Amino acid sequence: MGKEENILSVKDLQTSFFIDDGSEVKAVDGVTFDVPKGKTIGIVGESGSGKSITALSILKLIDNPGKIKGGQILYKGDNLVDYNERKMRKIRGNQISMIFQEPMTSLNPTYTVGEQISESYKIHQGLGKKESKRKVIEMLKLVGIPSPEKRIDQYPFELSGGMRQRVMIAMALACRPEMLIADEPTTALDVTIQAQILELIKELQDELGMSVIMITHDLGVVAETCDYVAVMYCGKVVEYADVRTLFKNPRHPYTVGLLNSLPRSDVDQEELIPIKGTVPSPDEMPTGCRFAPRCPFATEKCHNELPELEQIGLGEQIRCWIYTDEWTGDPEVKVYEP
Amino acid sequence: MNRKELLKVENLKQYFPIKGGIFGRTINHVKAVDDVTFTVYEGETVSIVGESGCGKSTTGRAILRLDEPTDGKVEFNGEDIVSLSKSKLRRTRKDMQIIFQDPYASLNPRQTVRQILNEAMEIQNVVPRSERNDRIAELMETVGLKPFQADRFPHEFSGGQRQRIGIARALSVDPKLIICDEAVSALDVSIQAQVLNLLKKFQREFNLTYLFISHDLGVVRHISDRIIVMYLGKIVEIGDKDSIFKNPQHPYTKALLSAIPVPDPDIKKNRIILKGDVPSPIDPPEGCRFHTRCPFVVDKCRSVSPELETRNHMKKGHQAACHFIEEIHSGEHEATRDLRNVRQES
Repeated sequence: MGKEENILSVKDLQTSFFIDDGSEVKAVDGVTFDVPKGKTIGIVGESGSGKSITALSILKLIDNPGKIKGGQILYKGDNLVDYNERKMRKIRGNQISMIFQEPMTSLNPTYTVGEQISESYKIHQGLGKKESKRKVIEMLKLVGIPSPEKRIDQYPFELSGGMRQRVMIAMALACRPEMLIADEPTTALDVTIQAQILELIKELQDELGMSVIMITHDLGVVAETCDYVAVMYCGKVVEYADVRTLFKNPRHPYTVGLLNSLPRSDVDQEELIPIKGTVPSPDEMPTGCRFAPRCPFATEKCHNELPELEQIGLGEQIRCWIYTDEWTGDPEVKVYEP
Repeated sequence: MNRKELLKVENLKQYFPIKGGIFGRTINHVKAVDDVTFTVYEGETVSIVGESGCGKSTTGRAILRLDEPTDGKVEFNGEDIVSLSKSKLRRTRKDMQIIFQDPYASLNPRQTVRQILNEAMEIQNVVPRSERNDRIAELMETVGLKPFQADRFPHEFSGGQRQRIGIARALSVDPKLIICDEAVSALDVSIQAQVLNLLKKFQREFNLTYLFISHDLGVVRHISDRIIVMYLGKIVEIGDKDSIFKNPQHPYTKALLSAIPVPDPDIKKNRIILKGDVPSPIDPPEGCRFHTRCPFVVDKCRSVSPELETRNHMKKGHQAACHFIEEIHSGEHEATRDLRNVRQES
């Protein structure tokens, strides 16, 4: 297996929000993953897992009272954490772009589609009006919007949800970025439209050779679009593996729990096995493994000590005591092999 | 099999007027539900699936007369709901409850859980006042909450817990039918599974009947006995779970099923990608409403509206509304549009 070149490496990223009363909410608490060039990595987790904050941190879009406290975001070897706002602006939209969940709130309702897309041509490439208009039409065609010459003068409210998401993608890809961060890009869309958009992203990725970070709560979307997956829980990556390993041989009890509780449309299931309890709120975060209170295998040690994200096998990473030499609980639980 | 018909919906229509012009006259209608007929038997779970705007929620609301239906008949337990007087309707509603999608919006933030549950029992007067506190404690435990939490306000609970309170409220009056309108859609999967299991358990214990409205076909496959697929205000296919998931007949049902991402990276699906968006229900297409996106469209589809029917290769009770079910099934009628390309032609 040849070593793949990573376009982005996130190392021990920590992003916190500081509340007025002096308390700190660690939204992202030690997140590590790599994005190999041209590949898609999925970040999956439930609400409050910190997946969106991770994405926003990469582009340094964290506002007060939030702050990137530590760690590194290495983009082509440069640490973005050290970049100032001026340098970041040259990265955003030009080299790394982002699309969001709700296209209606992310598009400016008072500007036409054409004006919004051409903005990045003006800023990043210094193009004139005529030239950028030509490029906008080309871009709208690329994302499959019919009669782009007409659409260019329309406002977001005149478009359907699927069309708006296409406009967002056109905007994000206008400058042919090397990396696209897609934060729940299809969550607000109907499944038939979702299928269109996911297919479009995949096609454009192949054409433009982009790397993609796909942030989603939908394990189906992950299985279909991603090469590698990072599973997040309470601000931490608990498991990182290639997509096949993750679905065929999940190891972390949280990953296993997620897969067991998912009602599937493609097979009949006898019953769902839910994960007991709920995600802890930030002010009562467990001191040991964050998942211990909900984990069916948790031991004393799990409740008291936080496991590290450890390498196991080829390129797989796990944050769980079960897979260490120090495991004192039931030895049988390691048997997750299918 | 002799099952009791609990709910019978016949030719239900729900048109919402669009006002306009200087005098605010009705200039057009949104035909949200247009001539829908189906039956729900006692003790079963029937799901209505479809994408946004297909009329699935409107159907649920019209059955409870939360919106007055424009036309049609709704029979519940042998009683015609549409013609009931207000006071009689209220009494009947004891037996038909609804759980809404958003547990944040459907609970009064200024009432404690005890007040919320008390109010429901008070209005329907199903439990004598002296026993209500015991009943509340029992309900809280039934849905997996602690009885002492009854004196808390909704904001003190998580989303999943709030949905449990919604369920407790629906159960408090001892209903026969519960309409679950996207009841688990807002929940994370680990919590969603808890609530789904709970709903199934109550069905067994209290012989409940569910009308389950959802866009999530995974959830629907898990919970339903029978499934109704809607598109633009009309039923396009209806059948038991196996018929719909293993032997879908309508091109829309097939496309819908093929569009769902499956959590298994080894399955490479032959995906049918539909062109374009759902047309507006204000001026729905002539003929078959799906013809603007259907991969198999021919001229007949553009002018003649198909009826629900069962063909030879389909199970009893499995119906689809398409002119060419048999021909598509046998391969005689081939696709007239490209099924793959996502960059649609104008």
